[in-house]
Amino acid sequence: MAKILKNREILLVIAIAALLVAITLRFPGFVAPANLARVYNDTSILIILALGQMAVILTRCIDLSMAANLALCGMVAAMINAAFPGVPIPLVILVVVALGALLGSINGLLVWKLDIPPIVVTLGTLTIYRGTIFLLSNGAWINAHQMSDAFKALPRAPLAGLPVLSWLSVLAIAAVYLLMTRTPVGRAFFAVGGNPHAAVYTGIDVGRTRFLAYCLSGALAGLSGYLWVSRYAVAYVDIAAGFELDIIAACVIGGISIAGGIGSVPGAVLGALFLGVIKNALPVVNISPFAQLAISGTVIIIAVAVNARTEKRKGRVILKKAEAV
Amino acid sequence: MKIFKALMVTTAVSLALMAGTAHAENKKIALVVKALGIGFFEAANKGAQEAAKELGDVEIIYTGPTSTTAEGQIEVINSLVAQKVDAIAISANDKDALVPALKKAMDRGIKVISWDSGVAPEGRAMHLNPSSNPLIGNMIIKLAADQLPDGGDVAVLSASATATNQNTWIEEMKKVQGNYKGINVVATVYGDDLADKSYRETQGLIQSYPNLKAIIAPTSVGIVAAAQAVEDAGKVGQINVTGLGLPSEMAGHVKAGSSKSFAIWNPIDLGYSATMIAYDLIGGAEAKPGAELKMGRMGTVKLDDNNEGAMADPFVYDASNVEEFAKIF
Repeated sequence: MAKILKNREILLVIAIAALLVAITLRFPGFVAPANLARVYNDTSILIILALGQMAVILTRCIDLSMAANLALCGMVAAMINAAFPGVPIPLVILVVVALGALLGSINGLLVWKLDIPPIVVTLGTLTIYRGTIFLLSNGAWINAHQMSDAFKALPRAPLAGLPVLSWLSVLAIAAVYLLMTRTPVGRAFFAVGGNPHAAVYTGIDVGRTRFLAYCLSGALAGLSGYLWVSRYAVAYVDIAAGFELDIIAACVIGGISIAGGIGSVPGAVLGALFLGVIKNALPVVNISPFAQLAISGTVIIIAVAVNARTEKRKGRVILKKAEAV
Repeated sequence: MKIFKALMVTTAVSLALMAGTAHAENKKIALVVKALGIGFFEAANKGAQEAAKELGDVEIIYTGPTSTTAEGQIEVINSLVAQKVDAIAISANDKDALVPALKKAMDRGIKVISWDSGVAPEGRAMHLNPSSNPLIGNMIIKLAADQLPDGGDVAVLSASATATNQNTWIEEMKKVQGNYKGINVVATVYGDDLADKSYRETQGLIQSYPNLKAIIAPTSVGIVAAAQAVEDAGKVGQINVTGLGLPSEMAGHVKAGSSKSFAIWNPIDLGYSATMIAYDLIGGAEAKPGAELKMGRMGTVKLDDNNEGAMADPFVYDASNVEEFAKIF
């Protein structure tokens, strides 16, 4: 039993189940399969972004620019579609994923080559990317009627019972899972975050690994940019403002250590789902908007506290004498 | 050199004379906007031209800086003073910075009014607001009620719980709720002017209130997100999304049927009314608290203690006119 409770993912599953039970007491319709599918669909974008953020956090970095990157890529996708409605949607997606990766690589290069602290780099690029959207669009909105029907329809199109948006997140989970567990790069993310010095001795280029993590988070932000804009059928400077904090919160709740090296794909997904369930439940359980913010904050603090405790046990005292002194 | 000076003086005098003769024929009203090339203001100019045509003896000078700066507007004002216009109607880039320049204009006998975006009271004779809080509050519930002859449940999707504008409008709306029989406001939720949160709150409303007939969103981000959520939930025809929005942002949703109508001020009427008021002032009307100024087809505007007045109800946009206005703003 104690062993099960130590397993972060199982603990999260239990927490989500408990949460669902509590919500059901106030709003029975919430656990209907159709509604749960809807909640998953609504959380899909957060899941995709959390996967990218996870890779970055694993390497002891952080990406605050993800939401701004998403907004910029979303705006570019919308502008391409508004100007050239004939461009096939897969091509638009390809372009924004590449653009997202490029924007991510700027973060990566600054962290790698100039050795600037990641939080400073991404705080800077966050502002730059938001500013770029304004320069591109002159502050104007791209609205539903300027987007082609195909552009808006793709994430909504049903495929085997679920919208394409949900399937894309499933695909992203599978791909990142394979990357993390079955490829040298994935293992390098853990090695670099766990112990950068040891990683160097095993022949891993720490800077390059971080660069790749930023490229991955950028590419996923680019994909999310298209998904966001087509889902809400509007693009403007402020879309997803503040969403970077939700992404990081999802990772933290999912047990990804801000100190790097610890975390898992299921953890990130469950962390995102936990937040997604709360976000979707709060409107139907009739809680004041002020309390909503407090609840979200409390959950994050609890998650971090639990994390800190589990990580502490990992330390091992090797010099009993030194400790006594 | 002497000759040159003499020439200058002659030119200046003749120019002044020419301006003088023009004055006798046509009254020159300058419509100064925040910046040239903005659809909203081009539309206001359209309204001003309409007023000029109606009045007959008015010439409109439509002008403004190339970017929305107070410095640019001061330059424009100074050149208008030099041209000896009869009135300046301005939408200000800065409430206070323009006051000295506009005061100078008023000292020269030029009538100055502000519209859309106001100038501090010292710098203008009166300010024309596009609408007023009570009018907006009444309009948003009327829009919902007009589509619900038998009454029904409606919910409000606002911006943030601390947004001054929205809270005032919702308060005003609740004051007049009794005038609309059978309209039952069941909830007020807050989307924080974020597309995703507004969308989610709308989904929450749809689930919590199965009999919901209308959603009132007095915020441009909220109304778009709510309309999209209603479309995605397949509730078009059952739930009508209305409130305050811009035609360009709402055109797609009106076409999709999720929003039957919504409101916002009409820039054409605003330019028209500003011109009419300026003309009334040139004709000798005085702008003082309690005074009523004429606005042609828009009726009259009554000034409050700050010499401010509200033009009219917000203008209603629906399938019949939204496409046309979407091109403007």
